[in-house]
Amino acid sequence: MAERNPAFVRTAILPAQAPPLTEKGAIKWLRENLFSGWFNTILTLVGLWAIYSLISASLPWWLNGVWNASSLGECREIVAAAAGPDATGACWAMVRERWHQFLFGFYPQEQYWRPILAFVLLFVAIAPVLFQALPRRMMWLSVLYPAVAFFLLWGGPVWTPVVAMLGFVVLLVAYRLLVVPLGVVLAASIGVGLAILWWMFLDARVVEGLTALAPIGLEPVASDRFGGFLLALTIGVTAISFSLPMGILLALGRQSDMFLIKTLSVGFIEFIRGVPLITLLFTASLLLQYFLPPNTNFDLILRVIILVTFFAAAYIAEVIRGGLAALPRGQYEAADALGLDYWRAQRLIIMPQALKIAIPGIVSTFIGLFKDTTLVAFVGLLDPLKGITQIVRADIAWKGIYWEPYIFVGAIFFVICFGMSRYSMYLENKLKRDHR
Amino acid sequence: MAYAGEAPKPGFRPSMLIYDTRYRSLTIQLIVLVLFAFGLSWLINNVIDNLAAKDRTFDYGFLWNRAGYDINQTLIPYTNDSTHGRALFVGLINTLVVAALGCFLATILGVIVGVLRLSKNWLIGRLMTVYVEVFRNIPLLLWILLSFVILTETTPSPKDFRVTDAMIAAGEAPAARMYLNDSVAITNRGMNLPAPLFGRSLGTVGVGEFQLSLNFLAIFAVIGVSAFINRRMVRRAKAVQEDTGVRPVTWWKSLALLFLPVIALLLALGFHLEYPKMTRFNFSGGIEVLHSFTALLIALVLYTAAFIAEIVRAGIQAISRGQTEAAFALGLRPGRTMSLIILPQALRVIIPPLISQYLNLTKNTSLAIAVSYMDLRGTLGGVTLNQTGKELECMLLMMLIYLTISLMISSVMNIYNSSVKLKER
Repeated sequence: MAERNPAFVRTAILPAQAPPLTEKGAIKWLRENLFSGWFNTILTLVGLWAIYSLISASLPWWLNGVWNASSLGECREIVAAAAGPDATGACWAMVRERWHQFLFGFYPQEQYWRPILAFVLLFVAIAPVLFQALPRRMMWLSVLYPAVAFFLLWGGPVWTPVVAMLGFVVLLVAYRLLVVPLGVVLAASIGVGLAILWWMFLDARVVEGLTALAPIGLEPVASDRFGGFLLALTIGVTAISFSLPMGILLALGRQSDMFLIKTLSVGFIEFIRGVPLITLLFTASLLLQYFLPPNTNFDLILRVIILVTFFAAAYIAEVIRGGLAALPRGQYEAADALGLDYWRAQRLIIMPQALKIAIPGIVSTFIGLFKDTTLVAFVGLLDPLKGITQIVRADIAWKGIYWEPYIFVGAIFFVICFGMSRYSMYLENKLKRDHR
Repeated sequence: MAYAGEAPKPGFRPSMLIYDTRYRSLTIQLIVLVLFAFGLSWLINNVIDNLAAKDRTFDYGFLWNRAGYDINQTLIPYTNDSTHGRALFVGLINTLVVAALGCFLATILGVIVGVLRLSKNWLIGRLMTVYVEVFRNIPLLLWILLSFVILTETTPSPKDFRVTDAMIAAGEAPAARMYLNDSVAITNRGMNLPAPLFGRSLGTVGVGEFQLSLNFLAIFAVIGVSAFINRRMVRRAKAVQEDTGVRPVTWWKSLALLFLPVIALLLALGFHLEYPKMTRFNFSGGIEVLHSFTALLIALVLYTAAFIAEIVRAGIQAISRGQTEAAFALGLRPGRTMSLIILPQALRVIIPPLISQYLNLTKNTSLAIAVSYMDLRGTLGGVTLNQTGKELECMLLMMLIYLTISLMISSVMNIYNSSVKLKER
């Protein structure tokens, strides 16, 4: 056995050979991701062709952009002088000249600091809502923000928002005093009733008296001066912040055991969801005068906000109902077993979980709502997309311009909506509790 | 025991209306009912007061009055001598046409984009993501306005198509050309397409106020019958295959069944196309599709398809990876895996949100106002409302019609949904 002598025994392990050229690096990646079969190859070529034609058509237009000109004709002359008679070029000079109208509408120029300050404060106010790490005490800023923003945007005596907020104080005090003997629903409704009495009968007189005593305030700005993204954000943010609580209540109403409340909620939700937003906006501008006592007239922006809030609330209610339905029955039973009453169970057990499930839907409803604020153009308000762009395009200097205003407005909308959807993804990931 | 207090007396005390959960809901509902009745009567009372103050009445008699305005695009005969009611129908049909075409095209585009977004092709996946994100995050109104402006402001005016004798003599070509063998012309007003005509027409039959074309009825009937026979044949072929393992050849029979009868009917009816012809100032003959319609349709389709693509993608991703692996293990190719294994299962997840996208698209057709397309809102809620001043009647009727359309779509789609739903337990 021992004398068996093999002809050859390798004593050292061969070094690994380099992988074939087609199996490494960029070539492997290309083969796997772009040219893995005839169909994928065709798709890739079509995609490359689409990108090429898009770039070759639009790149000169972007590169030849003109920022300094006073009219479209001048823009075209500058482009023709710089890049030849057939060249195309963007005319950003229009944005440079009219950006303030796109952002603020016809808000008085010397008062621009007010909407800007309100916008900055908006972030301060929503920060504690968005990020759990911030101190909870900052929530008071969020609660006070509507009054501050109203005062900054519309101006007038400082007492109007202060006294209006006192109505909420009345509500809160009444609720705190009555909630123990009467229960949540009755205490809340009595509180709301008292607050409405305050707003209807005392509010105006108190404001008048305080204004006579101490005339502090800002120069009032009428609603018809609002426009552009200022208007879109005003309507959007207000409607978003009011539609969420309203949507929650509607969703609870729809799930309720009480027949009457359920019927009313279902009727409201299905009616609002069944008609286009435009018809509701026309209701705000045309029909509300029929449904209110003769000779009452209030601000068109406010009317539009109310109707947009209703609209969004119906959609939110459906989204939250989905969240409630997705919650296992055991959660409700566990809450009952702990002896929690309805509102405590909702607040501590059900809603935190249901809302978490519903986050993507809620945020996409908000995005839809913000995009839909452009529809207010049809009831005569100056939204950035149709209202302001139409004014710009009607100007003799900028007649015939179309890509630039739409790209400008579209880009701002994109940034805001895309940001919202990314935030919802972040939130979804952060709140994920299951370990899948 | 001594510790137990006295048992509460049975019977009813008024305080139980607030403190006893058995009765509390009754109390709350009663209060809500009173408040609701109070609010409703307040609203109705206000309406009556307001109508009286403006010296108006609430009636729909105006629907039978002469409308007196023209509608630039109608699918049923309409003149300005027709009634407001007929104008309403013209608008309603225009709305439904856009909605139906939009849903159809958006579904096709959306499914393609959604599937391509999941493709292993890196470039195509990225491109589709960009498409979806751009269209989802920018208002629909922008797409409608932009496509309308591009269609109307970059296309030649009809006079650019004119060929004069002087131009022929000088050997010049007109400034603009027609497409597809001189059959389609795109002007700044609309698209001039060839019109289908019948040399030996069957005429029309009146159904109430409307005239139905017997030609189209006959064509639909023939298509329906041949599709039915084809289905029977395919089903029989399948049964034979199950029994014997050999599938009878059906493809040429199917083709013949589906196409020959229709072609024969068309020949019998003397079907031909009438091409649009340039006359002195404008095109005559053919069909003119206004850009307001095209722009609205393009924008609705592109916008909604982005949402549908996301729904399709989510639906496909909801199917567990094991299903694909099982299909591959059975030896199915990727295309058949998609069509036989993944899509039928994904459909269950896809259908409910798809319904709400169809509803959204239908409601979004009301944005036709931005491009003055005469849909329901343009006729009933637009010109009719302004001419008659019947705001309350027009708006309520319009909301009712939209509500009916929405409820009909959702009920039809729900029936379909329950038919594809997984039957379990």
